[in-house]
Amino acid sequence: MNGFWGKLLEVDLTSGSHREVKVSPTIFRKFLGGRGLAAWLLWSELGSKWESVDPLGPENMLLILTGPLTGYYPGIKLIVSGKSPQTNGVVGSAVSSEIAVEIKAAGYDGIVIKGSSKDPVYLYVHDDKVEVRDASKLWGKTGIELLKMLRDDVRVNYDLEGVKSIPPALYIGPAGENLVRTAPVNAKWTHGAGYGGYGAVMGSKKLKAVVVRGSGPLPKVANLEEFIKLRNELIRLIPSKNYWFKFWGTPSEYYFAGNRKSSEPIRNWQEEWHKNIEYSHHDLETKVWVRRYWSDWGCPLSCMKVSIVDIDGNYYLTDGPDYEMGAYLGSNLGIFNVKEFTALSAIADNLGLCGIQTGNVVGFAFELYEKGVLTREDVGYELRWGDFKAASKLLEDIAYRRGIGKVLAEGTYRAALKIAEMKGLKPEEVLKYAVQAKGIGIGAHGIRSKADFPQPIAYVCSVQGGDHTSVAGLPINTIESESWKAFFDSAVVCWFNLFNIPEDTVIKFLNVVTGWGMSKDELYKELGPRILTLQRVLLLLGGPDVYWDPRVHDDNPPRFYEPLPNGPYKGKAGDREEVKKLKVQYFSELGWDELGIPTKETLSRLGLTELEPAVERVRKRLGI
Amino acid sequence: MRHEGVVWPEASRITVLEFAPGIAIPHTCVQCYDYPCVKACPTNALYVDSRTGAVLVDTGRCTLCGACVRVCPARVPKVVKGRNYVLICDLCGGEPECVKVCKEAGFNALELVPKPEKAYVDPYITLPEVVASKLSSKVYKGFSKEVLGL
Repeated sequence: MNGFWGKLLEVDLTSGSHREVKVSPTIFRKFLGGRGLAAWLLWSELGSKWESVDPLGPENMLLILTGPLTGYYPGIKLIVSGKSPQTNGVVGSAVSSEIAVEIKAAGYDGIVIKGSSKDPVYLYVHDDKVEVRDASKLWGKTGIELLKMLRDDVRVNYDLEGVKSIPPALYIGPAGENLVRTAPVNAKWTHGAGYGGYGAVMGSKKLKAVVVRGSGPLPKVANLEEFIKLRNELIRLIPSKNYWFKFWGTPSEYYFAGNRKSSEPIRNWQEEWHKNIEYSHHDLETKVWVRRYWSDWGCPLSCMKVSIVDIDGNYYLTDGPDYEMGAYLGSNLGIFNVKEFTALSAIADNLGLCGIQTGNVVGFAFELYEKGVLTREDVGYELRWGDFKAASKLLEDIAYRRGIGKVLAEGTYRAALKIAEMKGLKPEEVLKYAVQAKGIGIGAHGIRSKADFPQPIAYVCSVQGGDHTSVAGLPINTIESESWKAFFDSAVVCWFNLFNIPEDTVIKFLNVVTGWGMSKDELYKELGPRILTLQRVLLLLGGPDVYWDPRVHDDNPPRFYEPLPNGPYKGKAGDREEVKKLKVQYFSELGWDELGIPTKETLSRLGLTELEPAVERVRKRLGI
Repeated sequence: MRHEGVVWPEASRITVLEFAPGIAIPHTCVQCYDYPCVKACPTNALYVDSRTGAVLVDTGRCTLCGACVRVCPARVPKVVKGRNYVLICDLCGGEPECVKVCKEAGFNALELVPKPEKAYVDPYITLPEVVASKLSSKVYKGFSKEVLGL
């Protein structure tokens, strides 16, 4: 086998035991790895009882998976998955971490974590040595302090081995420990697999961290000579074709997405346009960044920056901050001061909160306060747009589930339902302020102006809800479709390192590594639809606390149908008829019926006939 | 890649240690003038390439006793599972692959130069923790200790 081992490490935290599990090459060919493999593993293990599996119970599995491109294609990514406590389906949540390459170097394609521990533990893997270690002194620690303590715990003895790199870790902060549904699985100081809410899954298993050290080589590539040639070519191409990412990273969007594209969340998406030129990459560069280029393993793009700010004598450390963090913890809360949203991003990192999902629910709470739904009595303090102190206090309250934070910790969708109940309102009276899709707060790229990348059905049809890195679109056989996103999350490669690189080059790279004969046709007509179909069925099975009805939930949030109030795209709004038309077309091109339920023929064509009873369960629940 | 023909981070002769964001320290042999590793080797497995100044390993003689690792002030020689001899950068026989790749990619961060004088080289003979501590004091200022604990 080339490019993968065909072997997973399975750890059962209930019994403390572990074993190696073989996965056949046929499965890798059908699902690649990462997101596709996660969906298949979850289906095989939990599919027959999916609706009753509590995402935060011991039955759920936490999956940490690589793919056939991990460690070979420039850049590094890892997929974290499981039954999502946000969508109740499967989300392939990507995070950048050297742990991906360490897992492969340790001889595995991934780690499957089952059961749950009684006491806090962390997992330490060094090749075939697997230890479930006591983490009682690590429990409760925030990111920066935890990483220091872990580093000392797993330090390599230089006197015996020479200088070796520091074993990388995945971890959760206090938010994950407290089962906050907007908690990511963190890596390094500032990275997180945010979409899906798998930090809460880790917390439910009492698993504080996973540290992996691999000393062996990666699996051999099929064609070494071609591999070296193609890789060196890509290392040259990627930064030269994406210079703005190299110079400014995603912070290039702060001004661009807002001013030029009118697609930035401002005051909980009441607006999407601004002309604040100080809210930009230039102000970050001059006021905030202490290092211009920061890359993870093998990445030629160095889109990350290192930021430090000092507010009232307190220091805050984070990256860019990434556009999504800043937009959601900046403009979305009416904060346009670069130092303040940088500090909020650092606070979220350190508490183990996803900046996007938490920024979404905080913006939602600020608007409820503005509209008088939430009051000072509910919150304990005022929530006013632009108030840095209130925002930082609310982040803490969510991470520690204090006061109103206890409700908001459930994420925007569930919090809306709870608040409606608390206030004796109809759900839709509160849901109209919730900018989310199927339990996931929408990424910081709007659809109303049509000037940014997400299409009107981007979040409507995505099997990962509001995930802006997994948007749906047409034409179906191009990178616009969600098949392309399912591909790169399953090959497990960084999306940014694919920008402006032809699909053919990427597919050729996959074939050079694996020795397969994958074609573009196979990617768009079989592989992508197969993964999406499996994810769609699990999403529609849902449960036990939340179920989706395609007739209600395959839609944009109400806010996207309100006209943009200002800017060059003033008056533009989502068009319900257009969305309906595109949705049906998109579903039909994937071989799904008009409600997005895969047909029998499609299941059979994709080799997924075993899903038939599950589709019947969905139909029965919906009464169709 | 060049030496092993596979992607093998642990066996790379250049190790990057990331102590904090932006504090990534590349660590490799700097071909010091004293060559304590060569002097300490009990089996004469280490010798100096007279053309490049790199330390070369006679793989048949090395017993992995670890004497060179302990005597190197920067702990550069690597003991790696799956190899029964130590790994030290050999400058690829005078045409370092790392310099080529770096230039081809247009980064131009690495340059091939004649071996600099001893006084230029000596300050670089140090452990990565020491470099990280100095660099972070400059970059992070007062925040350095809190993040790195060094």
